[in-house]
Amino acid sequence: MIMAKPKPIEEIIRYIENLDKVLIAGCNGCVAVCEAGGLKEVEVLASALRMYFLQKGKKVEVDEVSLTRQCDKEYLEEIKDRIGNYSGVVSLACGAGVQFMAEMYDEKPIFPGVNTSFIGVTEDQGKWSERCQACGECVLAETGGICPIARCSKRMLNGPCGGSEKGKCELSVVFNKDVPCGWHLIYERLKKLGQLERFAQPAAEKDWTVSRDGGPREIIREDVRP
Amino acid sequence: MNVTTPSKLEKILKSGQYAVTSECGPPRNGNPEAVAKKAELLKGYVDAINITDNQTAVVRQCSLASCIKLKLLGFEPVLQMVTRDRNRIAIQSDLLGATSFGINNVLCLTGDHQRFGDHPNSANVFDLDSTKLIQAVKLMRDDGKLLGGFEMHEHRPQMFIGAAENPFADPFEIRVLRLAKKVAAGAQFIQTQCIYNMDKFKLWMKQVRDAGLHEKVAIMAGLTPMKNVGMAKYMKNRVPGIDVPEDIIKRLQGVPKEKQAEEGIAILLEQIEELKQEEGIRGFHIMAIEWEEKVPEIVQKAGLYPRPAVD
Amino acid sequence: MRLSYPTNIRIVKVPCTGRVAIIHLMKAIEKGADGVFVAGCLEGDCHYQAGNLRAKKRVVHVQEILKSIGIEPERVAMYNLSAGMGPRFAEIAREMTEKIRQLGPTPIKLQGVRKEMAA
Repeated sequence: MIMAKPKPIEEIIRYIENLDKVLIAGCNGCVAVCEAGGLKEVEVLASALRMYFLQKGKKVEVDEVSLTRQCDKEYLEEIKDRIGNYSGVVSLACGAGVQFMAEMYDEKPIFPGVNTSFIGVTEDQGKWSERCQACGECVLAETGGICPIARCSKRMLNGPCGGSEKGKCELSVVFNKDVPCGWHLIYERLKKLGQLERFAQPAAEKDWTVSRDGGPREIIREDVRP
Repeated sequence: MNVTTPSKLEKILKSGQYAVTSECGPPRNGNPEAVAKKAELLKGYVDAINITDNQTAVVRQCSLASCIKLKLLGFEPVLQMVTRDRNRIAIQSDLLGATSFGINNVLCLTGDHQRFGDHPNSANVFDLDSTKLIQAVKLMRDDGKLLGGFEMHEHRPQMFIGAAENPFADPFEIRVLRLAKKVAAGAQFIQTQCIYNMDKFKLWMKQVRDAGLHEKVAIMAGLTPMKNVGMAKYMKNRVPGIDVPEDIIKRLQGVPKEKQAEEGIAILLEQIEELKQEEGIRGFHIMAIEWEEKVPEIVQKAGLYPRPAVD
Repeated sequence: MRLSYPTNIRIVKVPCTGRVAIIHLMKAIEKGADGVFVAGCLEGDCHYQAGNLRAKKRVVHVQEILKSIGIEPERVAMYNLSAGMGPRFAEIAREMTEKIRQLGPTPIKLQGVRKEMAA
């Protein structure tokens, strides 16, 4: 899932304080899972914004909606009849959803309400962590199912570096909390799987053209195109 | 080991004598004399001088500029190169620039994460890691090829290839595997992270010998003298990958403050004597950062002076 | 027990304070309450394991939101007591009322409603 964090409310207020009617649009997909942009969060944000403006004596109407997803046109279309009433929208979807909404309703200012952070997993209630960097060329078969690009701070392919200590990445000192060393995890996993010989060979060349470095990406599947 | 490059360091190691190297950190401004002044303190006492590359991700004059300066002054520089800040295009470009000035030694490193330094907000590169960098240098030197395939027919880099290894990082079990990988990639000399835990280091050396690696690569023991007990504690607790045993701390605490520097050097000299007994140790890399003036004393007292002459 | 406590308190009963969601606390203040307090069981005694601990975290979260929009976070508070502690409830009610009285009426100016000072 794509994980996001709610933006500070002060920032959102700055975006909308001069508008008179605003729609808060949530997304019931990824951002609902990480409790940043689903219906619950829409309601709380809308209430907070109303309280702020009431307190200031400003007349700002704040309405609420939450869509199934904002990365698919069929769901974004659901608000096409009402969006004309608003002077702006705060979308709590991930960056992709905010942009897609802005593409579809390109005459309305669409503001982001969350900071999209990473592709990750729900480790525990209230705790989400990064697992994938969308590098475009998955090497998980070589590393026992643990990604060196996402989980090694230096995205080394021949790790670990000399700063790995007791299974922790050297950044643990900077962060002041434990960050697991991705390569230590890979080592333990390959040991468990009986595949330690992978450690002895230098890794294959990494081609970054299929990652972000190669430019904006798209996938076209002729077999499913209409 | 056949001599493959004009490197003076390579020649000394090949001759079977101990090699001695040290390192200098460039200044944090455009000062044209700073590195030369430090190198003058080491003149005649070391065989080659490493120039660090934005060490701990703190911006300093680039290693290449200082290496060129030293080469022109008649010293033997070792170009330290990290992969944190430059992609493969810049790295190969810098190597060609170094070659044009006759620089013959390169130490291939991944580099400390930029969040340790004074520009933690920067993007990092890590297009390659240290192993890949070793492979790239070897490819340029032996095949005359760049990673992208272009072939140089003349003026190929003549680099003696080094790498670092940290016997004190975890997982301990794969430190020798990693060394083997770097050797297979083309590493010819190793400078280790600074040693304080002699028992652990000897254990690592034994594993290195069992794997036959000591005959394939020249291992130089990294050593740093402790200036005082504060430095010892800092290195123990705040620098990842450095193992400082309690008895070193106790030993420094046991002497009055003004004697601690002397004690630190005494510890280092004892270490050198002990390491001379270790089969596979081919030299000493003395890292006395901002304390370069002590290196001549250390080299002399360790019985490593005068340095051998090679043509 | 027929103890007296201030008449300005409106009680909303829930089976466990774990049932109280962030939006409930927000709505109370949004709709004009001068203050809200959540009275849960003593810590360690929650009939439903940890409902009162969750409530405590939510109260803290709401306090942070209120602070970020310029409203006094003390208008929302968490208290713990057992069901048998009648006098303590009265005491809490008086304490909270006094605290709110000192803070003054809610800064939320509702449209068309005159705020009277609480008696």
